[in-house]
Amino acid sequence: MNANVMINWTDVGAAIEVDRQSARRVETAMGPIAVFRTLADEYYAVFDRCPHKGGPLSEGIVHGRAIACPLHNWSISLESGEALGADAGKGCTPTVPLKVEDGRILLGLP
Amino acid sequence: MTQCKAQDKERLVVIGAGMAGGRIVEEILKRDEQRFEISIIGAENCATYDRIQLSPVLAGEKVFDDIVTHSQEWYDANAIKTHFGYWVQSIDTVAKSITLHDGLVIGYDKLILAMGSDPIRLPLPGADLAGVVAFRDLHDVDLMQKAAENGGEAVVIGGGLLGLEAAYGLAKRGMKATVIHLVDVLMERQLDEAAGRLLEKALAERGVGSILNAQSEAILGETHVEGLKLKDGRIIPATLLVQAVGIRPHVEPAKSSGLTVERGIVVDDQMRTSDPDIFAVGECVQHRGQCYGLVAPIWDMCRTLADVLTGKNPNAEYHGSNLATRLKVSGVDLYSAGQFAGGEGCEDIVFRDPGRGVYKRIVIKDDKLVGTVLFGEAGDGGWYFDLMKKGESVADIRDTLIFGQAVTHALAGQDPSDAVAAWPDDTEVCGCNGVSKGQVVAAITAGNDTLDKVRSCSKASASCGSCTGIVESLLKCTLGDKFKAQTGPKPMCKCTEHGHSHVRQAIVEQKLSNIPDVMQALKWTTPDGCSSCRPALNYYLLCAWPKQYKDDPRSRFVNERNHANIQKDGTYSVVPRMWGGITSAKELRAIADVVDKYDVPMVKVTGGQRLDLFGIKKQDLPAVWADLNAAGMVSGHAYAKALRTVKTCVGSEWCRFGTQDSTGLGVKLEQATWGSYMPHKFKMAVSGCPRNCAEATIKDFGVVCVDSGYELHVAGNAGIHVRVTDLLTKVATEEEALEWSMAYVQLYREDAWYLERTAPWVERVGLQFVKDGLATPEQRAALVARFLESQEVYQVDPWAEHAPKSEPAKVFSPLADLRDGVTQDHLTTTQEPAE
Repeated sequence: MNANVMINWTDVGAAIEVDRQSARRVETAMGPIAVFRTLADEYYAVFDRCPHKGGPLSEGIVHGRAIACPLHNWSISLESGEALGADAGKGCTPTVPLKVEDGRILLGLP
Repeated sequence: MTQCKAQDKERLVVIGAGMAGGRIVEEILKRDEQRFEISIIGAENCATYDRIQLSPVLAGEKVFDDIVTHSQEWYDANAIKTHFGYWVQSIDTVAKSITLHDGLVIGYDKLILAMGSDPIRLPLPGADLAGVVAFRDLHDVDLMQKAAENGGEAVVIGGGLLGLEAAYGLAKRGMKATVIHLVDVLMERQLDEAAGRLLEKALAERGVGSILNAQSEAILGETHVEGLKLKDGRIIPATLLVQAVGIRPHVEPAKSSGLTVERGIVVDDQMRTSDPDIFAVGECVQHRGQCYGLVAPIWDMCRTLADVLTGKNPNAEYHGSNLATRLKVSGVDLYSAGQFAGGEGCEDIVFRDPGRGVYKRIVIKDDKLVGTVLFGEAGDGGWYFDLMKKGESVADIRDTLIFGQAVTHALAGQDPSDAVAAWPDDTEVCGCNGVSKGQVVAAITAGNDTLDKVRSCSKASASCGSCTGIVESLLKCTLGDKFKAQTGPKPMCKCTEHGHSHVRQAIVEQKLSNIPDVMQALKWTTPDGCSSCRPALNYYLLCAWPKQYKDDPRSRFVNERNHANIQKDGTYSVVPRMWGGITSAKELRAIADVVDKYDVPMVKVTGGQRLDLFGIKKQDLPAVWADLNAAGMVSGHAYAKALRTVKTCVGSEWCRFGTQDSTGLGVKLEQATWGSYMPHKFKMAVSGCPRNCAEATIKDFGVVCVDSGYELHVAGNAGIHVRVTDLLTKVATEEEALEWSMAYVQLYREDAWYLERTAPWVERVGLQFVKDGLATPEQRAALVARFLESQEVYQVDPWAEHAPKSEPAKVFSPLADLRDGVTQDHLTTTQEPAE
């Protein structure tokens, strides 16, 4: 993101509200964002749209630091938003800055 | 119109763009890219494809794009002029030019004939009827595929390699296929009688019947083929008739242009015809009296000719080829090479294991291996073939030779890979693609550290696959411990080296009780698997330990987590169960109310006789379920790897033809089996009479009622590849039908791999395995007991579990809603510059 833009750290809920290896959806004016929690309790947020056919990534299977889209099984990196494996280079989902403070999930929104 | 000679390159024209034509061009370019200005003419209106792979295309195991070897783009990129869809009218050997059928004249300095062969057509009455085809090119495959779409009966004349592959492909596409063969052993040119019988049996299990010792007399029909009449008077009905009796070298226009032609175009050891500037390769050729119809000789000829033409080795000579054959019928492992039939001075060593369907025979003459037939286990074919080609004495290893390479080398105190390591660099590893040991090792040292990478880089082991073991040995001795061989069956996914069967067995034997334990014990390479293995492991665990294991929703596909079918727009469809396809005013009213209340955009009647409500939002799902539950309806599991529906006809209660209460039995079947998770979806049907209105013979389990009882059919499938069921057994009472259905379901649950429908499962394990597993009352009772134990846990309505008592479960609603007009108590924002 551009350093001139102010981002709002927005509290979207308690960290424990997202189960391990799962995701929850956050509705925003820019469209839905998916908040993920991995097996290792790392949290990530990306737009809830697969770059392939727009599938809801929040409904996929979380594995490692990746999410398998429920529609056609593309694997998307939660760190970069890039498609992985055989579909690498074919598309990218925008990521959203996220931090967990005092047990709360904060999303960095413009 | 004529073409001018460009620059001062020699003009090389290749007639024929099949396997030989494509290969000779490639071999020449490999040696010298600059020397020739090349044109290629092909009668088929497409680029070069691997004709051998038409069988898998016909069987639906591959598509055309998979088998293209030299695409139009490839020819363009190599500046080769292509004339596809054209054929050659004449060759003028004096003016050194050829004339295409549209009149175009092309001059040449060197001409290569790679015209292939034509299928032999028997001069039978009726041979010109519609529906009579050969099996030679893409056009034939198209015709056969179209014919197979309507099902019906296919007759294939000719029980050789091609005929059997054609019949198998048609059977896989849902036709009833029968092979008519003149002599009493299938593939008699490649197989001895014992192997021929095993093949006959294996084909029968795959839906291909054989009629041996049968001579065809006439093809019957008015305008379209209706049947085949044999000399002995029998009439075999057919809606498609395939002639696969052999091939004949294609010799025109070589013959009319004055070249020496006997059975094929006669060439010398340098592939030169009677005209010194005209050469020929492939199936159109007759070399030392021999015509070939297999691929290996074509490659040998092309290498020799490319050496000669480019001057790389002007003295190269072709001396004929050893022949090996492998049948491309899925699950039938068959290999034959050399003089398998023996003869004077030959000795046989034979290994038989009828229980496993394995038969091996090797033929030794003067202490040398001269032939082999392998059935059921053909992995050592390449090794035997290599011993045969080398012609060295096998006296020292004769004791163990029949047990194959691994045993022979282990007992000789020698690691098989040591032997490979000792080979000189120019030893040919891959006969199909002409790749030497040195080239494979170079590919490995360049960083290709897996079999797949070596395949795509060097092409070694990329065609028939018989040299796979050798390439793996080379990987092993080049990379040492860094190479992990892909042993045994295909791994479940990239997270493990183990196949499905091994994992299932380990779960039971080592009493592994949850997914992390399985991954730990079997050394998974990823921390928490992937979207392929996790759902499979979840299923295997819940099947093995129904009472102890707790289902893991995070390892379930979205539909099974949300108990509805996700659609392309992210909404869901909901299907309530209607037992046996029967509904009532109360249920219909409740459904209509749901449609109104939740603005359901579409209601569709499914193929399984249920109602499907489309376009429901995720957050509405729990409330929809609650409303349907209130009217007494439960989840139809239309989204699950589980029992879907039991389709029924009205049966004896209403129908004037009905023989039994098919609706009643359908309801009972559904009540017994609903809720049970399975490797894949599972559909049933009950038809009240053999008219089969419920289409029971394309279901995973189908019952056809007859006057005397119930025919139980298994392993049918609609979908891409229609498969008609196999008859499992016939029983007299409803109770028995129910018992068999549950025992069969449990056998499938315990044995099939995850995501394997019953049709491919039965094709993989064989119908006999299923029959054997269900043969005695004790076996069935044990299976039913295990099934019922699982049902105690899993026969619960997932909707009732998740439907809201007061407010929807949190996972069905968003974590937060930040859109305008939505307020949330905990929302706080702080501002800071972005990093």
